[in-house]
Amino acid sequence: MHFVVCIKQVPEKNDVKINPETNTLMREGVESIVNPFDAYAIEESVRLKERVGGKVTAITMGPPQAEAVLREAISVGVDEGILISDRAFAGSDTFATSYTLAQAIKKLGDVDIILCGKQASDGDTAQVGPGIATHLDLPQITYVRKIEEIEEGRIVGERLLETGYEVIESSLPCLLTVVKEINEPRLPSLKGKMASKKAEIPVWTAADMDCRPEYLGLDGSPTKVDTIFTPPPRGGGEILTGDPEEIVPRLIEKLKELVVGAAS
Amino acid sequence: MSNDPIKVIDETCVGCQLCVKACPFGAIEMDDKLAVIDLTKCTLCGACVTACKFDAIEMRESEKVQADFSEYRDVWVFAEQDDDVIQSITYELLGEGRQLADDLGMKLCAVLLGSNVSEQASELITRGAETVYVVDQPELTHFQDEPYAAVISDLVKRHKPNILLCGATTIGRSVISRIAVETGAGLTADCTGLAIDPETKNLMQTRPAFGGNIMATILTPDTRPQMSTVRHKVFKEAEVDASRTGDVVALEVDKALLASRTRRLSFVPEEDTIMNIAEADFIISGGRGMGKPENFDLLHELAEVLGGGVGASRAAVDADWIPYSHQVGQTGKTVCPKIYIACGISGQIQHLAGMSSADVIIAINKDPDAPIFSVATVGIVGDVFEIVPKLTAELRKVLGK
Ligand SMILES: Cc1cc2nc3c(=O)[nH]c(=O)nc-3n(C[C@H](O)[C@H](O)[C@H](O)COP(=O)(O)OP(=O)(O)OC[C@H]3O[C@@H](n4cnc5c(N)ncnc54)[C@H](O)[C@@H]3O)c2cc1C
Ligand SMILES: Cc1cc2nc3c(=O)[nH]c(=O)nc-3n(C[C@H](O)[C@H](O)[C@H](O)COP(=O)(O)OP(=O)(O)OC[C@H]3O[C@@H](n4cnc5c(N)ncnc54)[C@H](O)[C@@H]3O)c2cc1C
Ligand code: SF4
Ligand code: SF4
Repeated sequence: MHFVVCIKQVPEKNDVKINPETNTLMREGVESIVNPFDAYAIEESVRLKERVGGKVTAITMGPPQAEAVLREAISVGVDEGILISDRAFAGSDTFATSYTLAQAIKKLGDVDIILCGKQASDGDTAQVGPGIATHLDLPQITYVRKIEEIEEGRIVGERLLETGYEVIESSLPCLLTVVKEINEPRLPSLKGKMASKKAEIPVWTAADMDCRPEYLGLDGSPTKVDTIFTPPPRGGGEILTGDPEEIVPRLIEKLKELVVGAAS
Repeated sequence: MSNDPIKVIDETCVGCQLCVKACPFGAIEMDDKLAVIDLTKCTLCGACVTACKFDAIEMRESEKVQADFSEYRDVWVFAEQDDDVIQSITYELLGEGRQLADDLGMKLCAVLLGSNVSEQASELITRGAETVYVVDQPELTHFQDEPYAAVISDLVKRHKPNILLCGATTIGRSVISRIAVETGAGLTADCTGLAIDPETKNLMQTRPAFGGNIMATILTPDTRPQMSTVRHKVFKEAEVDASRTGDVVALEVDKALLASRTRRLSFVPEEDTIMNIAEADFIISGGRGMGKPENFDLLHELAEVLGGGVGASRAAVDADWIPYSHQVGQTGKTVCPKIYIACGISGQIQHLAGMSSADVIIAINKDPDAPIFSVATVGIVGDVFEIVPKLTAELRKVLGK
């Protein structure tokens, strides 16, 4: 079977600092990493390959530096990586991002299963996975916590819901988004590291894929970021220290107001 | 090149670096006294355009013709039901939807899919829906991504709502993302604020990103409907008013839309989850400071007294003290309770990402320098094993339990 795993490169830390002079945000020296949820998608795709045979292709859409996440994927067992990169993709929202990734998957040809992370840690929308499935007219199982069965043309997975999980069967090809519970990602092997160093990573631009320009980048993005601001700092409140015998009643007094206030 | 969405006009730029400081995404660098924008980092937020006093940065408007949206009317809410029970998030959406509909002078409508759901339709009316569109089919008894997305997309295309709101639940996010693509609409995730721009009548959708470290206001000016998802507990539930009246409109759909390539084989409720913490008003969370799994009993007792749920940090979940469904934070659940009590949790940024929008945060930690105190409404420097049992006992008295 042919598995495709979609990986996003994200900043390692989300802590943006406020510049005291200008009162604007600063993001300094941020390292880029594989989106934490995508590590589980990578691991699961490699496990599925080990279970039923086939190959895994990793794709990422991003700047030239995003190549690094593909090499990381190869070091843990992914067979090949493709970087999707073009200035024309600048300003993509989830519609344009999922369209672009879908066009790349179309170009790959015969694909049985597409895996995505549950969500990205920066944009945080969880919209790209289902978006790809819709652009490709494929069924989806989101929030998968376990794959129970997989065979030619059919998969059974457990979808994590707020109050339990449901067991869902789907025909193939299909798209899965996975949660952290699904596995424990492995560390790269020596062989994997070698393969990752040697790997040739092709770069696909808009011209390499069959794309409608009006679906790409800024023009293809119905949502527009209008303004960005820092949430008002919560600021530390009151701190109580000392003898528990004393501070618990004081806390109760506060809680009482709050509980009563909240319950009414 | 000239088609780049944003660019610095080299002749005008004086190299003052104001834009570099203004960019929240570190997308601008100076190269030989000229500002250079890295398009791969830029989100087109426009902060630099405003910051530049020399009008040296130009942002291209997208090439959409201003379409005529006069046909797009009404505010729709996707009524999420589970085993024929309307989920509380739906009532929260109706509460907020009412405001938006009034501001626009439009109707508030609900869309309900299921089988034998006429009773539920009347409930939606008592909560303020003026029209309830019902698609009643056996195939829609349980949520399935494809038929739900296909049916709602079809209704959207036929009835042209101006706004469509949906809960940011597992089901909601899965289905609305498909609907947005199928109808070519913009979709803003996890909104914490919704408002109508008085001039343009556009929906201003405010949402946290980067783990809650920044807020972004997002517009969908060129497409309709404007779609947003909203998390639990962000908006107040619409009150029940039995005297309200409204229309229940049963709609037929093409059978082909009901086809599904997935099938729900079974549902297994999680025994441990007494309460879905994403919906809880009170959450007592424990971290590594709880020491061992048995100590979580203390938190369960306190939660019981308050009628709340128990949450946890990733450190506690990774140690197998409590199941993953209780994890709060960037890689766990995002919660928004009225009161969040953090016990033996240091307050790392990934944890804060999941709970910092709680109304009231109480932190109990023996380390006075723990970062959790910087977000706490009330912080208690002390030992959880002394404080929590006392707190439980006292509260029991106060609440008469
Ligand atoms: C502050 C801010 C707010 C935003 N809000 C919105 C919004 O509300 N609505 C909207 O439509 N857009 C929004 N965007 C744009 C959005 O973040 C980008 O389109 C982004 O490229 C994809 O969305 P995401 O990060 O939410 O990914 P998610 O949908 O959360 O990602 C889910 C999975 O899809 C895959 N994936 C995602 N991106 C890529 C990629 N580039 N390459 C390979 N695989 C990928 C990964 O497997 C990932 O785990 C926002 C951007 C910013 C900066
Ligand atoms: C990509 C990524 C994603 C992550 N996602 C999450 C997430 O979703 N949720 C999450 O929680 N974390 C997440 N983390 C982990 C996070 O960085 C922290 O490691 C974790 O939150 C720490 O948990 P803790 O506060 O329980 O433990 P610690 O940081 O070890 O803190 C324990 C605290 O307990 C206090 N303490 C000890 N004994 C007592 C006592 N008797 N009485 C009172 N106080 C006591 C100590 O003073 C200390 O402050 C993530 C990390 C990464 C890298
Ligand atoms: S703020 Fe304007 S003039 Fe100053 S460096 Fe930036 S682009 Fe140039
Ligand atoms: S538009 Fe926003 S993200 Fe882009 S360069 Fe300007 S300030 Fe930075």
